[in-house]
Amino acid sequence: MSAKTLTIDGQMVSAGADESILQAAREAGIRIPTLCHLDGLSEMGACRLCLVEVVGTSKLQPACHTSVAEGMEVRTDTERLRAHRRAIVELIFAERNHVCAVCVASGHCELQNLAAAVGMTHVRYEYLAPSCAVDISHARFGIDHNRCVLCTRCVRACDEVEGVHTWDIAGRGTESRLITDLHVPWGEAASCTSCGKCLLACPTGAIFHRGSTVAELEHEPTRIAAIVAARSERW
Amino acid sequence: MAQTIVIDPVTRIEGHAKISIYLDDAGAVRDAHFHVTEFRGFERFCLGRPFWEMPAITARICGICPVSHILASAKAGDGILAVAIPPGAEQLRRLMNLAQIVQSHALSFFHLSGPDLFLGFESDPAKRNIFGLVAADPAFARGGIRLRQFGQSIIEALGGRKIHPAWAVPGGVRSGLTAEARAVIAAGLPEAIQVAEGALNRFKGLLARCEEEIATYGQFPSLFLGLVGEDGTWEHHGGRLRVMDAQGNILADHIAAEHYDELIGEAGEPWSYLKFPYYRPQGYPEGIYRVGPLARLNICRSVGTPVADAELVEMRQRAGGGPISASFFYHYARLVEIVAALERIGMLIADPEVGTGPLRANAGVNRREAVGVSEAPRGTLFHHYKVDEDGLITYVNLIIATGQNNLAMNRTVAQIARRYLRGDRLDEGLLNRVEAGIRAYDPCLSCSTHLAGQPTVELALIGPDGTVIDQIGPDL
Repeated sequence: MSAKTLTIDGQMVSAGADESILQAAREAGIRIPTLCHLDGLSEMGACRLCLVEVVGTSKLQPACHTSVAEGMEVRTDTERLRAHRRAIVELIFAERNHVCAVCVASGHCELQNLAAAVGMTHVRYEYLAPSCAVDISHARFGIDHNRCVLCTRCVRACDEVEGVHTWDIAGRGTESRLITDLHVPWGEAASCTSCGKCLLACPTGAIFHRGSTVAELEHEPTRIAAIVAARSERW
Repeated sequence: MAQTIVIDPVTRIEGHAKISIYLDDAGAVRDAHFHVTEFRGFERFCLGRPFWEMPAITARICGICPVSHILASAKAGDGILAVAIPPGAEQLRRLMNLAQIVQSHALSFFHLSGPDLFLGFESDPAKRNIFGLVAADPAFARGGIRLRQFGQSIIEALGGRKIHPAWAVPGGVRSGLTAEARAVIAAGLPEAIQVAEGALNRFKGLLARCEEEIATYGQFPSLFLGLVGEDGTWEHHGGRLRVMDAQGNILADHIAAEHYDELIGEAGEPWSYLKFPYYRPQGYPEGIYRVGPLARLNICRSVGTPVADAELVEMRQRAGGGPISASFFYHYARLVEIVAALERIGMLIADPEVGTGPLRANAGVNRREAVGVSEAPRGTLFHHYKVDEDGLITYVNLIIATGQNNLAMNRTVAQIARRYLRGDRLDEGLLNRVEAGIRAYDPCLSCSTHLAGQPTVELALIGPDGTVIDQIGPDL
């Protein structure tokens, strides 16, 4: 495998030819914010938080989905990118009903951490305030669509790691909703093995332990990568 | 020409309100309305939430008494799980409620009503506040602040934070009491008791000079409602409902929380967002009843702890026997309850086994409807929930202490206006007295309408044709 040499934020970085800008940056200790990316899962490019500037092209590129190239010059932290990222986080908050004060994941939430990281002090967009259901028909877990950011980490964890594909997305645009099986209540989804990998993968309080109370839910997203790594070693 | 006086806003209460005083053609006070002017809607927007989240959601109704909502909500949750919570959890919930009573009563007495009581009802309004009290009597004011801090520190030790601790949950509590926290509480108790007893003595010294206030700040017969223990002793978290009339006859007793609607009806008036609960068997508005410290001490046989029991006997003697009909004695009752709560805190933490063992019962949705009742500092608090088969909320009814005192507060305003209104103009003296009369109930309007806003009251004087003749208040 040939190595590529590129520059990220003025720093010379060497990366494998099949690596993404995100991987190369992380190996070099350069932090690019992400939300839909989860180690151990395929890339989705859904959240656009990892957008970076690549010199020579006016279009912003998602770092998770853009391969490194020889001589590439990447900027990850410019005024333009910071403004975009803050706007993206604000739009996510405006799209559903995120109420940190009474959320099961408060204090352990990637979206909450991102809001702090991008310096979000308020939301400049009109809240859509959609009417979203809560489904706690499953014996062990629940999903609150008010808190879902459509990152699809649960969908990918279920499909790629557990191998059952109980989760998917129905609808389009702001009407998109996670569904289980062919849009039946989670408790009736015959394919679900109740493994809980969707809960491990979820960045917010959207998927939670049934019976969780406020600020009680602690995620363990790194366990998805641990499962994947353990499996590859054994097989 | 009949007229109306408006006080807007009312200050040093929890929430926002205004008062209208209606005059008849002869210029005498016909009626008074205590308007609560903002709306919050918790009963609506909690629909669809898992009932497990309700303690923390309803805690956000108020920053003064979140603990009261957390406890009543958790009890309703216990009912939906259909579990008896572990004994250790029950003890710790009681400990937190006692701490809540201490901190909230201290806030009401020292910070909010202390300036009226100890600086004078008609003293300079610019200095009639907690800072004026600090300037006039620093040791006394500091004691009150420290007493409130003591209550808050127990809440923090148990729940991890002073305000909105997400701690009591359906089935029990989330964490126990450490030995270090127990030691800190024990170390703080003697000073707290000393401050409470000092305040009691100061208040007793004031009574002889306050005959007029006793006679006009809500002195009328009414029913009293609250929780009592199985044997009729003072209760703050368990026990059952009792209703007593002004003569001391027990009209209803041993009523379980889930039958609250047999006792209480809720009326509405177009001029206030605060509902008007009434004693259902007597109808509206005849079924006027009061809740809170005075009601609890009226309906109980005894408090159950030595110092508070002696104080209760003395309070009843000073009032000329019980039940006490003068709302001015709410202040007195609040102090007796602080002593009672401190004594009980001492008893609880003296037991090294308190709050040990399992603290949280696990169960599913075993009942579709439940009522949680607890004594908040301001009175009996009801949380009534219905859930679907999965545990999502389909119905919420909250009956808040301040709402239950609504009829009494309106009558108190009218009584004070009749005594102190001179002519058809408002003056600072009347404004001050009406506000002080309301403050005896320590109303929490944020809770009771489930409303938000700055703590203020406005007063309006209104003629028989509906025209506003005069208005007064901090912003006018």
